[in-house]
Amino acid sequence: MPPVAPRSGDSIFANLEHMNAELFTLTYGAIVRQLITDLEEVDEVNKQLDQMGYNIGVRLIDEFLAKSNISRCVDFKETAEVIAKVGFKMFLGVTASVINWDADGTSCSIVLEDNPLVDFVELPDNCQGLHYCNILSGVVRGALEMVSMKTEVTWVRDMLRGDEVYELNVKLIKQVPEEYPYKDDE
Amino acid sequence: MVREVAESCVDSLLTEMVASYCNRFYANKPELAARRIEAIGYQVGHQLSERYTMERPRFSDHLEAIKFICKDFWTELFKKQIDNLKTNHRGTFVLQDNKFPWLERISIDPSTDKVNSAEDDSFTTAENKAASTISMHLYYPCGIIRGALSNLGITCAVTADISNLPACSFVVRVKA
Repeated sequence: MPPVAPRSGDSIFANLEHMNAELFTLTYGAIVRQLITDLEEVDEVNKQLDQMGYNIGVRLIDEFLAKSNISRCVDFKETAEVIAKVGFKMFLGVTASVINWDADGTSCSIVLEDNPLVDFVELPDNCQGLHYCNILSGVVRGALEMVSMKTEVTWVRDMLRGDEVYELNVKLIKQVPEEYPYKDDE
Repeated sequence: MVREVAESCVDSLLTEMVASYCNRFYANKPELAARRIEAIGYQVGHQLSERYTMERPRFSDHLEAIKFICKDFWTELFKKQIDNLKTNHRGTFVLQDNKFPWLERISIDPSTDKVNSAEDDSFTTAENKAASTISMHLYYPCGIIRGALSNLGITCAVTADISNLPACSFVVRVKA
């Protein structure tokens, strides 16, 4: 596998403008809270958080490619590594790892031990079905779709539900071939 | 160590929050969307001012509390202070940020530029649309300020004035 430069998101994170995470964490918490009030059904909240994440991912991939200096990933395996090691680090300042590859290399788990979205968060009893971090799975799905990969992203483990880590299963559904020539270059 | 995230995380989240409320949840009810966005800001402002005032003595009067918002609170959020503070000494305070960061990257739907100005009605509509797009993004910071002051014991109404873009003035009217 050719080396991906740079190997980790640390140096990129250092070069980006960042800010105190409190505003981000509390804003996200207030959004989730407001959605629960407005939409009432926890399933619907999960769905809307995923949709918001998807819309963000679709745009965030541009910034990621522009600032990360990543060259083309050769396969889905490398893509998953880059998301975990560079993507999460660059935006959220945390590192994730990739485990549980299936035999044909189309499904894996991204594992986070720490995540700024959930600082100060405890789920009350009436929200047990809530995937609090569902926005993250949406972001990953949206971003990958913009680089021609249709994926399904689901939560396997969630620390807010008592698990030891956050685990996101990413399953490659299909790779959409790019279409040439690009019209804008004419 | 203070945890940090990339600025674009907050930018993306705010843009998407406003878009979701205005275009999906309350597409035809802008007043309701505005109220929800303001409520989210209120919640955040309330919590932040609780955190940022933990080590401080109680503020002696309204002006002291407003100065705290202009200096320490604003610096925590935007790494700079409010540029200008005016008051009529009767409960109205105007906080001006000469270059409000959350408005810097807003672009208006280009279709509103192509309006034929001869048709007065549609011109007004387009202008209104542009203004309301921007104002939708201001309910959140207005809510933050109202929430922060409410946590300091000051009940008030907060509106934003953008007649001088990219400057933005937040008008705080303290309720007697």
